[in-house]
Amino acid sequence: MSSSVLVHRVDVAAVPVLDTTAWRDDLLQRCRSGARLLTLYGRRLEDDVLITAAFRDRAGGVEITRALATIEHGYHELTSELPALHCFERELHEQTGVCIAAHPWLKPVRYQGQHQSTMSSYPFYKIEGKEVHEVAVGPIHAGVIEPGSFRFMCHGEQVHHLEIQLGYQHRGVEQRLLERDPKRLTPLVETIAGDSSIAHAWAYCAAIENLSECALEIETEFARAVALELERVAMHLSGLSGLSADLGFLQGATTYGRLRTTAINTTMRLCGSRFGRGALRPGGIGMLLPAGLLADVRANLELLREDLAIINECFLESITVQHRLRGTGVLSRDQAVDLGLVGMVARASGVSIDVRHQMQEGAYQVMPLEPQVMEEGDCWARARLRIVELEASLLWIQQSLTLHDTWAQPRKPIGALAPRQLVLAVVEGWRGEVVHSLETSEAGQLVHYKLQDPSFRNWMGLAMSVRQNEISDFPICNKSFDLSYCGNDL
Amino acid sequence: MTAFKSLRVRLSQGTQYIPDLRAAVPSGFRGLPVLAAGACGPECNECRAVCPTGAIALEPLRLDLGRCVFCQACVEACPDEKIRFTSEPKMGAARREELVRHAGAAETTRVRASATFSRVFGRSLKMRQVSAGGCNACELELNAIANVNFDVQRFGIEWVASPRHADAIVLTGPLTRNMKTAVQLAWEAMPEPRFLVAVGACAISGGLYEEALGIDRTFLQSVGPSLFVPGCPPHPLTFINAILDFLGID
Repeated sequence: MSSSVLVHRVDVAAVPVLDTTAWRDDLLQRCRSGARLLTLYGRRLEDDVLITAAFRDRAGGVEITRALATIEHGYHELTSELPALHCFERELHEQTGVCIAAHPWLKPVRYQGQHQSTMSSYPFYKIEGKEVHEVAVGPIHAGVIEPGSFRFMCHGEQVHHLEIQLGYQHRGVEQRLLERDPKRLTPLVETIAGDSSIAHAWAYCAAIENLSECALEIETEFARAVALELERVAMHLSGLSGLSADLGFLQGATTYGRLRTTAINTTMRLCGSRFGRGALRPGGIGMLLPAGLLADVRANLELLREDLAIINECFLESITVQHRLRGTGVLSRDQAVDLGLVGMVARASGVSIDVRHQMQEGAYQVMPLEPQVMEEGDCWARARLRIVELEASLLWIQQSLTLHDTWAQPRKPIGALAPRQLVLAVVEGWRGEVVHSLETSEAGQLVHYKLQDPSFRNWMGLAMSVRQNEISDFPICNKSFDLSYCGNDL
Repeated sequence: MTAFKSLRVRLSQGTQYIPDLRAAVPSGFRGLPVLAAGACGPECNECRAVCPTGAIALEPLRLDLGRCVFCQACVEACPDEKIRFTSEPKMGAARREELVRHAGAAETTRVRASATFSRVFGRSLKMRQVSAGGCNACELELNAIANVNFDVQRFGIEWVASPRHADAIVLTGPLTRNMKTAVQLAWEAMPEPRFLVAVGACAISGGLYEEALGIDRTFLQSVGPSLFVPGCPPHPLTFINAILDFLGID
């Protein structure tokens, strides 16, 4: 079955369930030989926990390993050897209660389940000394944004360490996904991270379509990709607008802001919502592209490209912008790899991870997108990366509308879900890879739906990037990462 | 040279603000639903069965905007094409029950103006936004009311950073248990007179997260919203028109 996003399905019976020692050795071996961990999570089975790990090998293939651990004995932690696993192991412990022996940082990820309402007990690290002080910010921030708690440990103006406590947005999405009809989950999936509605919706649709053997026409794949790239364009513009505002470049703040309006209004013309709600549904799309609208969409894209070129030049040449961004919030390539960062943040630190660039089929195979990578890993690199990415996406959308200028395809029916299957769908959203893992039972019911927003992996990157920076540069660093609270908190 | 480049931006920018926010209709927006008058088919339950938030009631057909997430599942399910969504953004209400749409109702709505609120806040309204489980779509649209297009500051309406400076809390999200304390503290930090605005299906009814594991809505038992702005998310014009109506600003 062809798909424009990465979908990998296995028969559950075909995946051996290892004992924890063998599984652990195998995982270390894979990561040492260059495989990249895509996800790691667990599911409670009475007094045991079934742990699933997925990897992407150097050739782009996906492999899945499983282990059965007892709650009491669990396994010996892997984070010390592979720091990228820290968030996965913390979550695994929080969600299943499994013992992860000797983990150096087993703090709550989102205060889920029995931990709820104990937010104030978070065990922040302490820094002591005559001239050090701590600054606590949040959970409610000064702007119109989501809540999260930041604790800065400073020496004068200099940040020694930032610890980020999340979980305030925890709604219980994963549980809710299992309580509803698996074929009608799109409205819920679209609110996992509302600014990435399309990325999450595509991951869900691709997984469900794979489980029900529903193959889509290439026109539909292209329509979905146009929606995804419009989401990327809109949020990169939003990020550049916010970044400009935070560093005092007001022309950028207003101009990128109004260009975002054009981008999201284009999405609204296609599907009725500025956030792409309803654009994707299992079996097809909820977007129309009649000839009259196509002309308007093309005009909007042309306006975006023309006006962007003008403001980009101004932004990139501004002394103010360069002064504030260059050398601020540096995250080295090694740090990005060690922490397992993904998406635009990883690419701005020289790590070329982008699901769209490795596709063997679908829209991004027909019309490839060149990888965009920056080397410096500072706020300047992250800002420039967003500029080149949105330029590339706009061009891609224009070209794809030349290739397929009509999307009219009836939605295909979704049949029964194949039983005893494990399917992974990975979509490169504007922040990075969105990973949905679905498992079906003997009766073809969903027994597990594991969500992963790229923010989950990238928050630690933000914490590390502000070390040795001035605390006054934090807003800029934060905006340059542009992470999701609700996507992490679920 | 820089000055010339800056001028080029100014030139390309032109005039971006929407002159008449009261008359503006967003092209293509899925807004106010309209229910056709007349009886439904006998024992037909199609729309209600597919609604993800229980927004639809039958006999007679009604649709609760406080629950609706505008997903169109009901439109696709109805065998008689009785439900359609218009591009009308004005959907707010000052009373919860006024959010329920009836068959054959007018295709426009208006929030009833409050003489008291108009007198106290009609010339200056400072708002503090609090997200308690919002997905960042409502939050982004609320940010947008202050951008160069919508420019709500022209009416003396502004976002402020602290609840200490605020007249109203604009609440988004279904109210998570983990935000319960923070929401309460923000409310108590506000000087009186003060009021609460509930924005989006999540804040108004719990929406897709009603009774979900992480939700605790007890705060709303002690503090009732004075204004409801439906949507998933509401368009900036939905919010702006609701506030202007409510404060009696024309």
